[in-house]
Amino acid sequence: MRRELHAEWTKLRTVPGPGLLLLGVVVATVAVSGVAAGVMDCAAAGCGLDAVRVSLFGVQAGQALVALLAVAVVCGEYGTGMVATTLAAMPRRTVTLAAKATLVTGLTLGAGVPAVLGSLLAGRLLLPGGGFTPEHGYPPLSLADAATLRAAAGSVLYLGLVALLATGVAVAVRDQVAACGAVLGLLHLFPIVVLMVRDEDLQRILWQLSPVNAGLAVQATTDLASMPVGPWAGLGVVACWAAAALVGGGLLLRLRDA
Amino acid sequence: MTARLLRAEWTKLRTVRGWMAGLAASSLLVLGLGLLFAAGGHSSCSQGPVEVPCPTPPLSRDGRAVEDRFFFVSRSLDGDGGITARVTAMNGQIRLPDATPGVRNVVSGVVPWAKAGIMVKESTKQGAAYAAVMVTGAHGVRMQHDFTEDVAGSAGGAPRWLRLTRTGETITGEESPDGRRWTTVGTARLTGLAHRVRIGLFAASPGDVRVVRNPLGGSASASRFTEVTATMDEVTVRGAGTGGTWSRDDIGVELGPDGNPHHPGAFVGNGGTFALTGTGDIAPDTSNGRIEHALTGVLIALVVVVAVMVSFATAEYRRGLIRTTLLAGPRRGRMAVAKAVVAGAATFAFALPATAVTPPLARGILRGNGVFTLPVGTLTEVRVVVGVAALLAVAAVLAVALGLLFRRGAAAAVAAITALVVPYVLATASILPDEVSRWLLRLTPAAGFAVQQSIPEYAHVIGHYAPAAGYFPLPPWAGFAVLCAYAVVALGLAAYRLERRDA
Repeated sequence: MRRELHAEWTKLRTVPGPGLLLLGVVVATVAVSGVAAGVMDCAAAGCGLDAVRVSLFGVQAGQALVALLAVAVVCGEYGTGMVATTLAAMPRRTVTLAAKATLVTGLTLGAGVPAVLGSLLAGRLLLPGGGFTPEHGYPPLSLADAATLRAAAGSVLYLGLVALLATGVAVAVRDQVAACGAVLGLLHLFPIVVLMVRDEDLQRILWQLSPVNAGLAVQATTDLASMPVGPWAGLGVVACWAAAALVGGGLLLRLRDA
Repeated sequence: MTARLLRAEWTKLRTVRGWMAGLAASSLLVLGLGLLFAAGGHSSCSQGPVEVPCPTPPLSRDGRAVEDRFFFVSRSLDGDGGITARVTAMNGQIRLPDATPGVRNVVSGVVPWAKAGIMVKESTKQGAAYAAVMVTGAHGVRMQHDFTEDVAGSAGGAPRWLRLTRTGETITGEESPDGRRWTTVGTARLTGLAHRVRIGLFAASPGDVRVVRNPLGGSASASRFTEVTATMDEVTVRGAGTGGTWSRDDIGVELGPDGNPHHPGAFVGNGGTFALTGTGDIAPDTSNGRIEHALTGVLIALVVVVAVMVSFATAEYRRGLIRTTLLAGPRRGRMAVAKAVVAGAATFAFALPATAVTPPLARGILRGNGVFTLPVGTLTEVRVVVGVAALLAVAAVLAVALGLLFRRGAAAAVAAITALVVPYVLATASILPDEVSRWLLRLTPAAGFAVQQSIPEYAHVIGHYAPAAGYFPLPPWAGFAVLCAYAVVALGLAAYRLERRDA
């Protein structure tokens, strides 16, 4: 595995794309979170908004770039034909995939920490201006608060799981554009389909299955009882999606010609 | 020359099986998801323990679904004539969200669009043509007719004198502070108005609409019962055939499970003073399903179309075919335009049958399930059908332009999806405030989705006019123009870069 990791790391580090994308993850997450924290307002106590969730809103933008990173790392090789060389040098395909997934996820987690911390800082600075004040029942955001810490750590893990999910889908689909479409469609359109469904029971089930809806339940700090899934269970749903994508992608990688 | 370029691009698009399959899939997605959505929609109403088909809303003369519920105290009028009355006071009650669950929370007050005044109506049937001049809770004096038309008079409320005069098909509404100095509020022309009509006093009070933000995303609105009691005096009726007694009609009242009217209106006449109590509204119906709901699958089709068209543009760079293409047709800008035209036209040709067939099919299925779809005029329906197909076509042009600009498939696909789909998703299905959602749908390419809105906003009807409820901040074609502008600018940039850069 060390050789595979070293080889994948070399490929990643020697092109400018991944570095820029990781920077993009941080910038997009913090920027969108900051905008959300700036525009939301809470006019009176009991406005029903979750300040932590608002300040982590940018994770929904950051995840698109995480998906792009994973897709670029995997499908880039198929686009250029490099994959033939990779697999000739490292014939144990499952291990190669594991090395790729480890690296992409590790880098995402590394970028996720500053992205999430920056978002919380932006929220801490901007939210009081929109009425999220102690008088309205919103103490300043702080990681000393157990729920906030869970939301922050969970958001970083969520980004990591999105990286795994995208890696698996990319290996299965191979084409860059199709892989981007599949991952972004799964992430962004599932919530729309959930809202479209009129039957409330079915809506609840779909909500529990949707990677974004269920996964971001980990960001909730208020009104946990009304959520269709609990915070960690929601992250478990994304983990299942990621595992299914990786297993499917791994099997296809073993069975198909490259 | 141009024809040959177009033919070359069409040949490239046509001969890649995956791309044709993608376009066909996008059109099947529109149809399939539309039908799935329709099949999943059910509604049932109960009358006591018995389940009955839900009542369909009444239709106005122009075929529009309307709400026509108010208390009407009227006499018959043959030919020309008129009525004068003074509205002296308006009081009422509003039901608020329960503070203690299960305990009714009713306060006294009048909602802004509570209305009381005088009316000429063709008959007491729901949906019949009418013209009325009225005092409202907070919007001053208004003259309204045929449900959608509304003209503002002076800003003051009660007490106020009102006068309505019928001359043939023309009805003139006037107001006065003292019964001597009259100013015209407006005139209504009710074409084909019958010789014998009803003329009298009315009161109505629309539900109090409150919007609740859903913590899971989106928002929901709830309408709660309100009622207004208007006191009127100095009532005089002029004209032939008006000599009979006042007849009282609780127009559109629903019967409760016990057979008694639900929230009945009331009328108390005491000498020359009349007190009318009414609930409901006289307005276009905006609460039922819309034809564009059947086209929600377009969002998913859009992702497929973007993926196909980005590939169509970038595959040439990956395979080196671009050099052959530019050797055969060295005028690079033209090549970019030809590619975009072929992409747009092919997408439109695949999408149009699906967008044309889906709404009527979905409407039929929904009708079978007891769900009513708001009828719209033929022109509006054609605009929605053609507009949504054109939306996909312009998205295809934008995707080709971004593909030529970035040359890398993944980057172009993410850019196109982020520009088109993400703002729409955030505006309609997230916890963003309505005002931010509106700006997203004004400034980003997602503004183009406005072309699917079939029911307009009515300034005189209270409602939840937010993107989450299907109301776009820009008019349909203006929103579509924003998307087109983005596509044209992107294509221009792509052509410019193509000329300047080595392929």
